[in-house]
Amino acid sequence: MKKFLHIENIYVSYGSIDALKSVSLHIEEGEVVTVLGANGAGKSTLLRCISGLVPLRQGDIFLLDKSLKDSPPHDIVQNGISHSPEGRKVFATLTIEENLNLGAYVRRKHTREIQQAKEHIFDLFPILKKRRRQLAGTLSGGEQQMLAMGRALMSNPRILLLDEPSLGLSPLIVKHVFEIIREINSQGVSILLVEQNARKALGVANRGYVLETGKISISGTSTELKSNQKVQEAYLGGSALKKHQL
Amino acid sequence: MQVVIEQIINGLTIGSFYALIALGYSMVYGILKLINFAHGDFFTLGSYVGYTVLVFASAALTAYFGIWGMIAIAMLVAAISVALVGLIVERMAYRPIYASGRLPAVVSALGASIVIQNSIMIIWGPRYQAYPAALIPNIPLQILGFNISLLQLLILVMSFILMLSLYYVIQKTTFGAAIRATALDRDTAALMGINFNKVILFIFILGPALGAITGVMVGMYYRQISFTMGWNYGLKAFTATILGGIGNLPGAMLGGLILGTLEMLGGAYISSAWKDVFVFLILILVLIFRPTGILGEKIAEKV
Repeated sequence: MKKFLHIENIYVSYGSIDALKSVSLHIEEGEVVTVLGANGAGKSTLLRCISGLVPLRQGDIFLLDKSLKDSPPHDIVQNGISHSPEGRKVFATLTIEENLNLGAYVRRKHTREIQQAKEHIFDLFPILKKRRRQLAGTLSGGEQQMLAMGRALMSNPRILLLDEPSLGLSPLIVKHVFEIIREINSQGVSILLVEQNARKALGVANRGYVLETGKISISGTSTELKSNQKVQEAYLGGSALKKHQL
Repeated sequence: MQVVIEQIINGLTIGSFYALIALGYSMVYGILKLINFAHGDFFTLGSYVGYTVLVFASAALTAYFGIWGMIAIAMLVAAISVALVGLIVERMAYRPIYASGRLPAVVSALGASIVIQNSIMIIWGPRYQAYPAALIPNIPLQILGFNISLLQLLILVMSFILMLSLYYVIQKTTFGAAIRATALDRDTAALMGINFNKVILFIFILGPALGAITGVMVGMYYRQISFTMGWNYGLKAFTATILGGIGNLPGAMLGGLILGTLEMLGGAYISSAWKDVFVFLILILVLIFRPTGILGEKIAEKV
């Protein structure tokens, strides 16, 4: 295994506020890595800077040996990093099929491959096939999440960035979303998962990082994080609640 | 009844002028949320470039291409040169201040409008210019008993072809979907791999080119052009954009056609002196009662 995506000591600021301070992390090929943290800790900012939407003030991001620091977002997708953003952000007035086609925009000339990719997405999410001609805005929250993930997969990424895929969804749908995450990973896509649902996230991830006010405070394998007292108290609902749930 | 229908045909003719200009407004607004007040002047500039081509086309050229060929060449030259000017205006007047917000961009657009308008005045002079009337045949036709000139028919057919092809590109192709996606959510569109600068390039080539072609058509139809006419046409096309739903391209086309027809009917049956009043009355009524326009209704996004 080699270091696939490597984030080195990055700083990001919005005006005078530092959103990320000296953040370093990496993803190895085939891994699921999760980033846990409270609201406003900088999780989404981290993903947005990997995909080039937010400029770095300092530090660098490497995909294998290639620096992504100065690449615009559309080049970063081309390099195999796909991003399913927070709040799903499906294109509401476009049809489901158009949303998926745009997911494959970087390889729009290869119509046969796109067709195959679409079939693959429809296998993964049969509901999308049934509603392919419907406007994306008419889908339920869970269906929109599936569309957002499907759309991100259409570019045939090597790394998938998932921002809060379980946000606002019912427990049953959340369970389904995490099954899909596992399946996507088993097909060879590395995943960087940002989640508030720490229990679910650690259940699917190999390793994890905890982001606190823009800094990484704890990192380790999922097993290590699950048994870490601080993580238990802050993100897994504390020991009292845990006993209750187990 | 015959007169009403002929008036409606006249209305659709000027309505298609408004519609073609409105498309340029609507595309730029959809992507940049900027009301490009210089757009009416792109239209005027196109009209003058077409005028120059037609006036200075030599007899030999006209003999070789025929008069319709010469008109096509005039439109093409106007479209290409005005598209270039559109790109320059975007680079010089808009791009440097995108980051400063929407109001500075509107002021800059007004500035660009003044610059283009005065450049036209300096180059071609402040007086009205007459389109070479002798060149353009005005053959009256009778179709199903209705009087319509050949020129009018051509304008209508050509406008509809232009509008339908734009509609096809925007609604049916992947690039069109990319443009619509960029208008909805620029960041997420970028995550799909859509290059924002290419989208801007497209709208600032196509919008001014459509405006320029309309300018040539207006010159042929009214046979008289002035360097200030972009303001009036621009305002009416802007009204058409609001009427149809700003940022919505089918809406811009529909708004233009409706506005032209109402203006013509109002002018014919109420008072021609008041026809501009009808147009702006419609603008005010739409803004009060249906600010999203006819087709501008948004589908609520579920969260």
